[in-house]
Amino acid sequence: VPDTAADKHVDPDDHTVDRDRSDPVLNANDEWAIEEALRISERTPGTEIIALCMGPEQAQTTVRKALSYGLDGAIQVTDAALSGSDAAATARVLAAALSDEQFDLVIMGNQSSDARTMLVPAMLAEYLGVPALTYVKHLEIEGGVFTAHRETATGHAVVRARGPVVVSVVEAINEPRYPTFKGIMAAKKKPVAQRDLAALGVPPDEVGLDGSRTHVLDVSPRPPKEAGRTVVDDGSGQVGAEALADWLVEQKII
Amino acid sequence: MSTILVLIDHETGATKKISKQILTAARGLGDEIHAAMFGPGASNGAEVLGAFGASTVYVWNDEVVTAYATEPQVRALEAALDASGADMLLFPSDPFVTDVAARTAVRRGAGVITDAVDLTVDGDVLVATKAIFGGDMISRCAVRPGHPQFIGIKANAFTAEEAGGQPAKVVELDVEVDDAVRRAEVVEVVEQSSGDRPEMTEASVIAAGGRGLGDAEGFRLIEQLADALGGAVGASRAATDAGWYPHQHQIGQTGKTVAPQLYIGAGISGAIQHRAGMQTSQLIVAVNKDADAPIFSIADFGVVGDLHKVIPPLIEEINKRKG
Repeated sequence: VPDTAADKHVDPDDHTVDRDRSDPVLNANDEWAIEEALRISERTPGTEIIALCMGPEQAQTTVRKALSYGLDGAIQVTDAALSGSDAAATARVLAAALSDEQFDLVIMGNQSSDARTMLVPAMLAEYLGVPALTYVKHLEIEGGVFTAHRETATGHAVVRARGPVVVSVVEAINEPRYPTFKGIMAAKKKPVAQRDLAALGVPPDEVGLDGSRTHVLDVSPRPPKEAGRTVVDDGSGQVGAEALADWLVEQKII
Repeated sequence: MSTILVLIDHETGATKKISKQILTAARGLGDEIHAAMFGPGASNGAEVLGAFGASTVYVWNDEVVTAYATEPQVRALEAALDASGADMLLFPSDPFVTDVAARTAVRRGAGVITDAVDLTVDGDVLVATKAIFGGDMISRCAVRPGHPQFIGIKANAFTAEEAGGQPAKVVELDVEVDDAVRRAEVVEVVEQSSGDRPEMTEASVIAAGGRGLGDAEGFRLIEQLADALGGAVGASRAATDAGWYPHQHQIGQTGKTVAPQLYIGAGISGAIQHRAGMQTSQLIVAVNKDADAPIFSIADFGVVGDLHKVIPPLIEEINKRKG
């Protein structure tokens, strides 16, 4: 994903993100997914963790970053025809990339920091024909059964499903580690399998900008806000409190 | 003639505010408004949706909806779409409801747009407006012709208003339940008490606290402020990371995106990652002792001062003016 703190550039013609002009970074919410996968593999010897990434060639940097945490390998799906893919097209391609893999768990962040549609985990699960446990803040695995705490507005729900499953995680699930120097060096030599649409058997006209079922009509900068009013409190608290309360009345909040 | 189906979020028949807002928005867009309500108690709340313009409500009261996540509702939604003949679906952009819409969209070849804050209709195409890149830009988007259109609506984008319609016709759906939808079993639901406060993503007012609160105890002050305004409590990532408040209240790039009528940030500096979760709020108030905090650049009203000094008299002044 493009760095949240960086200036975003949108192509004026097709409204896609100009990825050549945005620094690619590992999506923050996916760091928790990587950390959880590492913790599972530490508890369960023999676990193999593969990173899966769909993106342009320069996403290789992001894949190597993911590998530097100590993952075993990666699949990178790159194809010029993928540019502009929406959530459903993305989920479809990810599912195609997984069709030849024997997996027990697909784990990912609950949202990307750019589009934030929150659609991909459930869509991927549907394409794969497996159950999904989404918005997970705690995960246990025993005998092939996944027990998850799904974050709700007021607490959590304990939900259980037999694998294989898709799990999407929220920040509360763990505290991610930092890659070690050894991990960073090792990541350079780890295998990254390159796949294009032909290899996955996905028709190029069913993904990308023109093949996606949704499209962007126009993009505009948010209208600038008028400068607000500022009151400097005198240290008593009363001056600021009264001015703000008056303003809330003026705005018909109270 | 266009029919719009509205997927209703409810609590044993009590329709949530966001679904009333969506029904209100739908009235201006389609000729016929249908609604779908699934889960225990759905029938209790169906007829009254007529007041918001729904002519027909498809209900399915089966307890499997609360016993298993997502997939029973996908089945039911497909049945409701078939029964109503609608190829436009509006749903609340709530995480769990979005899961249902997402899976259903894959099954029906629909295009999905989430978090719409405005909707217009152009011929028979719904055009959705949404904030992108954390609210830095506004995009208008649509589903391409030939595909069912599923649009998720953000809370508080519209104001709920009754239309004074007749009671809706209620149709019980016959939905087949088999093991294919009994895969993700809900074993237990654990509620943390948050008083009588509204859910953060539905609230018209949010009082949020950050690092400047100093400790978990500081959140009592934010809770009192929220209660004085009938609002919800939010928190910055610094505050949830420190364990001062539960993570589900985190506003920002890695947490929730909110757009209430009024957002009050106390002791929150307003880093870009936080602003990405709240800068589309209608009114923004900041209380911070650092006059250079970036949050002041987007605030409609700023108080430069010590929040521990300002908020207690602020609560008093609010209560005085309410009385």
